[in-house]
Amino acid sequence: MISSIIFTILLIGASAFFYINVKKIRRNILLGKNVSFSGSTSDRFKTMMLVAFGQQKMFSRPIPAILHLFLYAAFIITQIELLEIIFDGAAGSHRAFRESLGGFYTFMVSFIEILSVLAFIGTVAFLSRRNLLKVPRLVKSELNGWPKLDANIILISEIILICFIFMMNGADEVLYSRSLSHAKDLGEGTLGFSVSSHLGPILFGGMSDGGLHLVERVGWWGHFLMVLGFLNYLPFSKHLHIVLGFPNTYFSNLKPKGEFTTLESVTDVVAPNFDPAYVPKTDPNNPVRFGVKDVQDLNWKNLMDAYSCTECGRCTSACPQNITGKLLSPRKIMMDTRDRLEEVGKNIDANKGTFVDDGKSLLGDYIKHEEIWACNSCNACVQECPINIDPLAIIIEMRRYLVMEESNSPSELNTMFTNIENNGAPWQFSQADRANWINEN
Amino acid sequence: MSTIKVPTMQEMLANGETPEILFWVGCSGSFDDRAKKITKAIVRILDHVNIKFAILGSEEGCTGDPAKRAGNEFLFQMQAMQNINVMNGYNIKKIVTGCPHCFNTIKNEYPALGGNYEVVHHTQLVQELINEGKLKVTGGEFKGKKIVFHDPCYLGRANDVYEAPREIIQKLDAELAEMKRSKAKGLCCGAGGAQMFKEAEKGTKEVNVERAEEALALNPDVIAVGCPFCNTMMTDGVKHFNKEEKTKVLDIAELIATANEL
Repeated sequence: MISSIIFTILLIGASAFFYINVKKIRRNILLGKNVSFSGSTSDRFKTMMLVAFGQQKMFSRPIPAILHLFLYAAFIITQIELLEIIFDGAAGSHRAFRESLGGFYTFMVSFIEILSVLAFIGTVAFLSRRNLLKVPRLVKSELNGWPKLDANIILISEIILICFIFMMNGADEVLYSRSLSHAKDLGEGTLGFSVSSHLGPILFGGMSDGGLHLVERVGWWGHFLMVLGFLNYLPFSKHLHIVLGFPNTYFSNLKPKGEFTTLESVTDVVAPNFDPAYVPKTDPNNPVRFGVKDVQDLNWKNLMDAYSCTECGRCTSACPQNITGKLLSPRKIMMDTRDRLEEVGKNIDANKGTFVDDGKSLLGDYIKHEEIWACNSCNACVQECPINIDPLAIIIEMRRYLVMEESNSPSELNTMFTNIENNGAPWQFSQADRANWINEN
Repeated sequence: MSTIKVPTMQEMLANGETPEILFWVGCSGSFDDRAKKITKAIVRILDHVNIKFAILGSEEGCTGDPAKRAGNEFLFQMQAMQNINVMNGYNIKKIVTGCPHCFNTIKNEYPALGGNYEVVHHTQLVQELINEGKLKVTGGEFKGKKIVFHDPCYLGRANDVYEAPREIIQKLDAELAEMKRSKAKGLCCGAGGAQMFKEAEKGTKEVNVERAEEALALNPDVIAVGCPFCNTMMTDGVKHFNKEEKTKVLDIAELIATANEL
């Protein structure tokens, strides 16, 4: 009874804390400008099912894809067991689903156990790739400090969680064989779980009855508390991708990657030169900044991209400029955007709901001009991202700000602009000579 | 081009004629000495299959692509609207271009500003002509040669055109070699995003050297490209390794025109 009350209080408390933090993230994302999306709902849903649920883009790199699939599948399927834990915890029952599900229950837990073993292997492999093998994209400088720690916390937590599952199930198997299971009226026998029916006796076979009860309870409560802890860790971690990966792929750009957005505010200035009857599309009394200087200038999809990024670095490892030693790293663009957005969010929290200018901005204080100007706009980063994040959109918006608001572009580009303006070509050739090639040999 | 007549839209209009297709030459194809050869190869192909085509000549202006990629949306839209005005004035329906940047911009970014045309890259047109039996190709001097294709970003990833250039190379009875980074994983030549017009930022290597190194590792006879900017970058990259005697950098249009002596 007391444990049920403690359980319920913990569950409600943790859910409430999670809710509060999710609401903050939602508010932060909605600081972004509105944006319209093309494509039908069914196309968007299909993209989400293929890319997020189906992990489609992960498989362009098969080894990490398979390792990730172990963790992903184990995570998804373990939710069923979690439902039982929540039911048992609140009702004070033990393995409440077992009786009604019968053989399917054994199959399900067995399946979860096999996936948990695979996830354990995957997690150890991931830890090794980061800390021992030092896979280049996982040890780049932008990961120094908190991002590296964050990644290791997540992986170690997953290992602990898996250990708790096997403590819980393994001890229960041994208890059951001694007719001591918490579940009522089971008698002597085995739960028949694929892994713990073998692993339990090996690990815990020599323990006293009291010791076994303790291990089982520690496993059960440990599992539950890890889940609550993990849930509340998400809003502060790159691991949020397990949630946002889904909406983020739903709102993917479905147009050709080469099509950049058309700035209507610019069209309103340019079009009347060609069409006197042109009707402006934007409100002239509410002029907007051209391009992006700070996070509030981005649209909410850009901001959701930033919160969705799990810092895997596939983008950066495919970036031609990063490969050749330049400062630009598409992953850093996303990490900086999230960091700045978090800072703006905290500023709003501290100032009773309104942002008070802190003299800082995303461009300049977080992202350097040198990074922005190095980009080839080749879309390799966009192509690589397993959950369709678009770092290029942010880069181009920042170029727009620098060119159109600050006239602050590299001098060679200014020369190119002048040439196009004057001769209709990026070089100093006369437009009248465009067809001269016809008569040249 | 002494033997082939290349009419402008203005001349066509004056004669009361309408072309099937507008050949958008682009700035590089008009002014860059190397790219002009690609332009002429495309013209030879068009002439060979008797497609009635025209160019805009001095009425053509930069599509605005480099301005747009560099963040100058004002200049881009000025260029776009000027070009759209001209093309809509001639009632243009279909466009072929030898430059993936012009291709992408006109195809994807002009519609929002009132320019709606069917736009194809020259490799798509050539593939179509071969498939329809209008263009018969032989391998000629490229028969049995090892050809590696470098995907232009604005044809490949930007517009998902990967197969047309490859099918053409295979029609030449040549050995099509693939770099590890090809198709959707293709590495940029280093020119895109207006980098063509400025010095690179501080780093350890030039992008075109990185890419040329990858292509040359396959020891190809030809590095085939489909973009005048890739052509410049890859040519420079091959020169960097002093391999210009062994490995030529050629556009797909040049492969076709040369092999078939057009």
